[in-house]
Amino acid sequence: MKNLNYSREHIAYLKKERNKKIIITVSRILVLVIILGFWELFAQLKIIDPFITSSPSRVIKTIGDLYKNGTLFFHIGITLAETLAGFVIAVILGYAIAVVLWASDTVHKVAEPYIVVLNSLPKIALGPLIIIWIGTGYDAIIFMTVLVSIIVCIMNMLTGFLEVDKTKLLLMKAMGANKATTLRKLIIPASLPALMNTLKVAVGLAWIGSIMGEYIVSKAGLGYLIVYGGQVFKLDLVMTATFILCLLAGGMYGIIAVIEKRINR
Amino acid sequence: MLTFDNISYTYHTKEGETTAVKDLSFTVEKGQFVSVIGPSGCGKTTVLSLAAGLLSPSSGEIRRGEGEYGYMLQRDALFPWRTVEQNIFLPLEVKKRNTPEMREKALALAVKYGLKDFLKKTPSQLSGGMRQRVALIRTLASEPEILMLDEPFSALDYQTRLEVCDDVQGIIKGEKKTALLVTHDISEAIALSDKVVVLSQRPARVLAEHIIEFGEGSPKKRRECAEFSATFEVLRKELGI
Repeated sequence: MKNLNYSREHIAYLKKERNKKIIITVSRILVLVIILGFWELFAQLKIIDPFITSSPSRVIKTIGDLYKNGTLFFHIGITLAETLAGFVIAVILGYAIAVVLWASDTVHKVAEPYIVVLNSLPKIALGPLIIIWIGTGYDAIIFMTVLVSIIVCIMNMLTGFLEVDKTKLLLMKAMGANKATTLRKLIIPASLPALMNTLKVAVGLAWIGSIMGEYIVSKAGLGYLIVYGGQVFKLDLVMTATFILCLLAGGMYGIIAVIEKRINR
Repeated sequence: MLTFDNISYTYHTKEGETTAVKDLSFTVEKGQFVSVIGPSGCGKTTVLSLAAGLLSPSSGEIRRGEGEYGYMLQRDALFPWRTVEQNIFLPLEVKKRNTPEMREKALALAVKYGLKDFLKKTPSQLSGGMRQRVALIRTLASEPEILMLDEPFSALDYQTRLEVCDDVQGIIKGEKKTALLVTHDISEAIALSDKVVVLSQRPARVLAEHIIEFGEGSPKKRRECAEFSATFEVLRKELGI
């Protein structure tokens, strides 16, 4: 899209826009560097107690230790698998339920109060029940992940379905389309932006669900490392696991954002 | 082709019931372009929905001729995720008549009416008038015998409106289709139609019918005729504006 015939004013405008972008990117990195730098500095100077606050260098050392004793990728893998499994199940199941609610107004009305209550219920309250019913294995954590993220999937998708342009619905009706055809030809493609939005929200919630699940029952995973580290006062471990979580959650969100961009193009 | 025989229709809502149409009778002959005009809110869209069978009358009988119905709406309702071509194929897909032969015919129609260079574009790349033309070709793609037009020009700006108005009439006449148009625009009705049916305030019934023959059936020529403003005045008085 290069065009050398731009006016001088337009070139100046483009330059300004590019400079703005550079300033924002540099500032973002700078903020991180400053926070990490002061954290490290204060810990080194013993202004803060690194035993309680840890420090960037100790986090890096802990990652190295975990890597050396071979448990780093084990813990990451377990949490990642739990989160992904819960996320995928919640999105697919939530989408399917939203379709049913869209298709039948009566079912929608009947289900509405239950969805509202389930949505406001803190899912962690069900922790003991989950342990007793499902046990303390990975399936319990995946169940918790699904539980935390599915309601938002249902509500988001249903809103997306119901927001589809009334004129387009009338058009389908005038063509004699039945519900299944309307769903396939109109509702599903029209609600694609809602789906992308749902994925973004659900991925965050799935992390909440899996870590919460690991707090309650697990023997491995990043959530387990955090709880264990807290109990034995190994704050380095807590900080390290939290740091890795940040990377993973950010990465997964980034992947969805890229997919969204691809689709919108 | 289409006959309304003493049709009444009542809407039911929680707040109560509203009689939108009462004892309405009129006829659309094969090949005729009939406009229904009336004050806004008089139940014009109801008339169209009844004609298309989207609503069933509370009483009376609607007799329809053989053949498909095509419905054209106030807004083009093109699907932005489909190309122009795919939009035109939509009714074929919905009506399970998506054969190569039907697609070929639809494409030929699109090419005939100047959409050749736009087939692979998306609706957002088209002007408002062009979009409405695509909507018309989409309506024609399933080869309907009669077209129901629900103020299809009302969302366009004045200049485009005149253009598209002539455009659509030309295409419908060219394809020898029957059409039933509802509008609140008197001059549009006169310019386009073979017959104008004037409806009353709600509950709608027929106040008058006018056969319009001057101007060789072309909207442009009609607007230039002396009879145009005379007819306009008559209709205006009947509508009470």
